[in-house]
Amino acid sequence: MNPWPFVVGAYAVAVALTAALLLWSLVSMRKAEAAADALRRE
Amino acid sequence: MHALANPARFLRLARPATSWLLLIGLALAVAGMAAGLTLTPPDYLQGQTVRILYIHVPSAWLGMAGWLGIAGASVSQLVWRHPLAAVAGRAIAPAGATFAAICLLTGSIWGRPTWGTWWEWDGRLTSMLILFFLYLGYIALASAERERGGDGRMAAIFGIVGAINLPIIHYSVLWWRTLHQGQSIGVGGSSIDNSILWPLPLTMIGFTCLFGAAVLMRMRAQLAEVRVEARMRRMSRS
Repeated sequence: MNPWPFVVGAYAVAVALTAALLLWSLVSMRKAEAAADALRRE
Repeated sequence: MHALANPARFLRLARPATSWLLLIGLALAVAGMAAGLTLTPPDYLQGQTVRILYIHVPSAWLGMAGWLGIAGASVSQLVWRHPLAAVAGRAIAPAGATFAAICLLTGSIWGRPTWGTWWEWDGRLTSMLILFFLYLGYIALASAERERGGDGRMAAIFGIVGAINLPIIHYSVLWWRTLHQGQSIGVGGSSIDNSILWPLPLTMIGFTCLFGAAVLMRMRAQLAEVRVEARMRRMSRS
């Protein structure tokens, strides 16, 4: 059995899920902080 | 801990810390994964699949450390009424659930060529799956409490009770000897050869920094949402 598809698959899963978590967190933070700043300026 | 009880003081530290953790985490995780894929020799028994170690072990550590963080935040919330404890618990949960899922998925992918099966109901795998479901339960409970305007007490109790699963995961390979290998890295050293082991600290520290960055970003988002809600309440009153 060729092990490389399993190795590449495992790394792809780890990178994709970690990137998704970081992006989701970054977008939520940016959106919430922008809303708070906009309200403060009003 | 109590020095950070003031959200304004916490934010002054969290803002630069988020960027630093992201940068250091990305650099170390990418370097560790690249080294693990290209610079280390294959294992004499497992062959090339041993390379999954560099992502599987950090995700297992972060899945468990995340719940330890939730339990610590829960104690801090219930005993000392730390104002940021519930925020921290809610911020840790999605990050911990993500790494528990990565651990389960990469372990399953590792298992197919190594054990000949994607899944086995052995002690380590089952207790890790339970941890993932505990995370989902905590997220649902904390969200429901927040929507109803609760103080997060039920989620905190759940966070403490769920910590019972952590020693079960840790000792599962000693209590039930089935498919999952025994502990190969401990306080006293490692049974893995240094030529294979050396990129592991890079991915361990790298992914831990990324976990920390995700938690800080989620805490900052929640604190901003609280500021918006408070201002909206004040505006509706005046």
